[in-house]
Amino acid sequence: MVGWAIAVHGGAGVDPNLPIERQEQAKQLLTRCLELGISSLRSSLPALDVVELVVKELESDPIFNSGRGSALTAQGTVEMEASIMDGPTRRCGAVSGVTTVKNPVSLARLVMEKSPHSYLAFSGAEELARQHGLEVADNQYFITEENVGMLKLAQESNTILFDYRVPLESCGAAVGNPIKMNGMPISLYAPETVGCVVVDNEGRCAAATSTGGLMNKMCGRIGDSPLIGSGTYAGELCAVSCTGEGEAIIRATLARDVAAVMEYKELGLQEAVDFVIKKRLDEGKAGLIAVSNKGEVTYGFNCTGMFRGCATEDGFMEVAVW
Amino acid sequence: MGWVVALHGGAGDIPRTLPQDRREIRETALRHCLEIAVSALKEHKSALDVVELVVRELENHPYFNAGRGSVLTSSGTVEMEACIMDGNTKKCGAVSGLKTVVNAISLARLVMEKTPHIYLAFDGAEEFAREQGVETVDPSHFITPENIERLQQAKEANRVQINYTQPMLNVSNNSDVPDGDSQLGTVGCVAVDSSGNLAAATSTGGFVNKMVGRIGDTPVVGAGNYANSFCAVSATGKGEDIIRATIGRDVAAVMEYKGVSLKEAADYVIESAPKGTAGLVAVSAKGEVTMPFNTTGMFRACATEDGYTEIGIWEHEQCD
Repeated sequence: MVGWAIAVHGGAGVDPNLPIERQEQAKQLLTRCLELGISSLRSSLPALDVVELVVKELESDPIFNSGRGSALTAQGTVEMEASIMDGPTRRCGAVSGVTTVKNPVSLARLVMEKSPHSYLAFSGAEELARQHGLEVADNQYFITEENVGMLKLAQESNTILFDYRVPLESCGAAVGNPIKMNGMPISLYAPETVGCVVVDNEGRCAAATSTGGLMNKMCGRIGDSPLIGSGTYAGELCAVSCTGEGEAIIRATLARDVAAVMEYKELGLQEAVDFVIKKRLDEGKAGLIAVSNKGEVTYGFNCTGMFRGCATEDGFMEVAVW
Repeated sequence: MGWVVALHGGAGDIPRTLPQDRREIRETALRHCLEIAVSALKEHKSALDVVELVVRELENHPYFNAGRGSVLTSSGTVEMEACIMDGNTKKCGAVSGLKTVVNAISLARLVMEKTPHIYLAFDGAEEFAREQGVETVDPSHFITPENIERLQQAKEANRVQINYTQPMLNVSNNSDVPDGDSQLGTVGCVAVDSSGNLAAATSTGGFVNKMVGRIGDTPVVGAGNYANSFCAVSATGKGEDIIRATIGRDVAAVMEYKGVSLKEAADYVIESAPKGTAGLVAVSAKGEVTMPFNTTGMFRACATEDGYTEIGIWEHEQCD
């Protein structure tokens, strides 16, 4: 029997100029989700159920970039993606290109449990959702007025906006000398992907991640969130959910690397997280949350801030940005 | 350091009773692709160019499950996917859900080099292909009569066997088509050039009777395809098992974090995967090459600069 632990995140790379009231809103949502996770763990829900439940809550709130409130493609549509993984069995499910399903993380779990596959995308994913009667909504449900405005700004400046909630003029790096990713200009980012990792009283780890991707992304773009080993990973030893510059996370297979360093280099959770953040991210900006099967919880990021919260059974609880 | 190249045309339940004509046609193709790789490396082409070139050739070959010859979804359509990765920069590109692109691997490379993204899928990937002007054809080009028959057989078998509550078990039963060709496979190539650059490329049509929209291990970086400064890996087999074991990345991780040889790392990873599910080809920066599998067989070939060549299908056996 180990003490449970939980961590949630709402994206890494928060701009220091983000208005205080939005920071407060985000922290309130993280607190609410953390409390939901805590009470589920107290009622002995398994880790896999808890991560799904918490990510559903994050998806349903329009504050972060997942489910309702997802970033928009270049065509003004929403294409969501998510994945979930169960540590002890290493079973996993993932979806991409979801356009009508209210909770993509629950569809990812259906892929894991009710299909012979572990990853479904676009029309095939939508079809599975309908076969199983998952709650759907018109694509408009996911599109917020704020995001329509930010897409317009992104298209006018011809960038793929990461930090689509911060007005361009306050986004220092976007002016004059834009930072580049893969040779293309981008503004500062705060993708606000959401994720949750949990270890329950039986030492079972689970992870889930969900996102709308990048503002003004090309249609069909797949990021790190649905990729097992990149945005999400859970094994016997730990569970990890990442957020940030998706392409850097994929190149680093960041989530799996935390687990691989623990498994093959025999580092502890904190050492493993520090190692991959320092040694594996090259110039890319990202962050992650992680729990171990011993009941430890931690996080790491190499950018200005990450919306995050964590709690453990012995009463520790923290919600922070910087 | 001498160059090394290895390639595969899929691992799976390839019966030793495979008719001679079916066997020879594939051996000839493997030999032909190996010759292309060897002459490209002798001309000092980069590892990245070589793996793309070889996988294009394998895609064009109708007897392997990639490009023309891809197996069909449950709706009778083709959905191809591919991934390419450069070892030193760890830059990578991937595509899924292609219906008209002749060489999926080249589109993956364009995603890597011409977009801010790594991975494009379905309509977005098709649209990008048109923007870039890569060769496209009518989807019917990819569909071979053999694959229409395979789909029919798979559907007949499924009618009684599919039980979605036991997914992993059923994948294995349903994927084996009784014509002995085991189109579970995928094609792939890994190379290290004489400057020590590593690269990996993998391409597939998925597996017979897959659900529309299904993504396998091939385009998932770290699962079916991976390269870094230690080694390059292309895996083949049951996608779902390869994804959860992150096989490509794990070979490199075991080498790096445990400090073992390429062969030890690859053997460890393949032995850890459930029997009958996976095979891989891998080369290292030190010029090592290994091609382990835990399935009945794997269509495979390799060559090194000092003149070693191997072409094989089953264990403890080498073709002439």
